Formats: sequence, structure tokens, C-alpha cells
Amino acid sequence: MRVQARFFAAYRELTGASHAEVDLPEGATVADLIDTLRGRGPSFSALPPKPAVAVNLEYAPPETGLRDGDEVAFIPPVAGG
Amino acid sequence: MPYAEITSDPLDPARLLARVGSPEDGAVLLFLGTVRNHADGRSVSGMQYEGYREMALEVLGRIAEEASERFSTPNLAVTHRLGALEIGEVSVVVAVSSPHRAEAYGASRYVMEEIKRRLPVWKKEFYVEGAPEWVRGTVPPADGSPAPHSGAGDP
Repeated sequence: MRVQARFFAAYRELTGASHAEVDLPEGATVADLIDTLRGRGPSFSALPPKPAVAVNLEYAPPETGLRDGDEVAFIPPVAGG
Repeated sequence: MPYAEITSDPLDPARLLARVGSPEDGAVLLFLGTVRNHADGRSVSGMQYEGYREMALEVLGRIAEEASERFSTPNLAVTHRLGALEIGEVSVVVAVSSPHRAEAYGASRYVMEEIKRRLPVWKKEFYVEGAPEWVRGTVPPADGSPAPHSGAGDP
């Protein structure tokens, strides 16, 4: 399956990317996606090992299972207001 | 029904105020968040707000609904601005009305606390001297749930 990763604010600057397509085996979780991305090279390895993540606009813990076409956003600590 | 909005346009508090109030309500409360000119002893010259817009709208809508339910304040409107803001500009507006003041204060406070906890919005602070920096934020709850301490009946 293929998922779309999105990076915002400080994470976008760390990775140098706002989007990334990632191919994962069936049954992969959010934690698997994070590990796969962090193995992609120096810019992605700068991501924290356990960032907050949202799957299809909902916050999702690391054990959340992924499906083909999911949008997975990496959410830096928030600072609205 | 509560109202929530994410926008890049300048905020007009009167527009939000016009969405609340009713003959049953004896209290109308308006909160504005504005860009201040200092942070941790440094002079700030402006702020850049960035958001995960689609998700921010969903989360802000949910926060508004939670506040309305917990404090029985259906007359509630909130908007958060994104983009480049100057000192003194309004970044967030919360308007709420209720029969008595306690519910309006509670609901307004709840909305702001939850925005700080879990709205996917970030801000980069620009300083009079030195390079801009992302404002240190709050790690949102892994499942996005509301804070247990911010329910109805809190002082």
C-alpha cells in the first residue's frame, strides 16, 4: 500500500519536504511508517522517534493500522492561540 | 449551534459577536487573542501562523461543540487566523453568550485551553534582532481527546 505523509511547520523545515509518498507492507502501522521514514536519510532521521501523528485528520496513536491512500500528518507540538 | 472557522483574512470581532446573543441570554463574552511585542525578554516584530487547515477546522469545530455541551452554551462562535500577523493584530476570537455569566466564562476558557492543547496550528516568531523561531508548543494528546480537568463544574 501507499500512504501520503505530510509535514508541517518545524517538521517541514527539518525534512525539507511538505509531502512524501511512502510504500508500506500490508498491515503496517503508524509506528512502521515513522521507522520507514526515519530510515530514508539524514533529513528524515531528524524527525523525533515518537511524533504526534494524525491519520485522515484525526490524531492517531502509534499502533494505529494504516490503509492504502491514508493521509498521515506529522504534527509538531502545537502553538495556536 | 456553535460556529467555528479557520481563515487567512483579518478578523472582525463584531462579526463573531453578531453570531451570539439571544433574548434568553444575560451575558455576552468576547475574548480576543492578539500578537504581543515581546516574548521571553526579546522584542517581537511579528508572527507567522501556519495550520493544517483541513484538520484545524475539524478540531476547532469539535472543541466548540464540546464547550457548548459541557457548559450548555449553544450560542458560541470561534475563529482562528492563519498567515502573517503584525503586533496587535487579532489571531483568535471567541464569542459566547449564556443566561448567566459563569457558563460563558467557562465555555470561553475551555475553548482557549483546548486550542492550546490540540489545535494543529503553529507560529513562527519574528524578532527585532536575530533569526525567527518556532514558538515552543504543547505535545497534543496521542488520541486527540479533551483534557479530563476541563469539564463543566470546574471552578
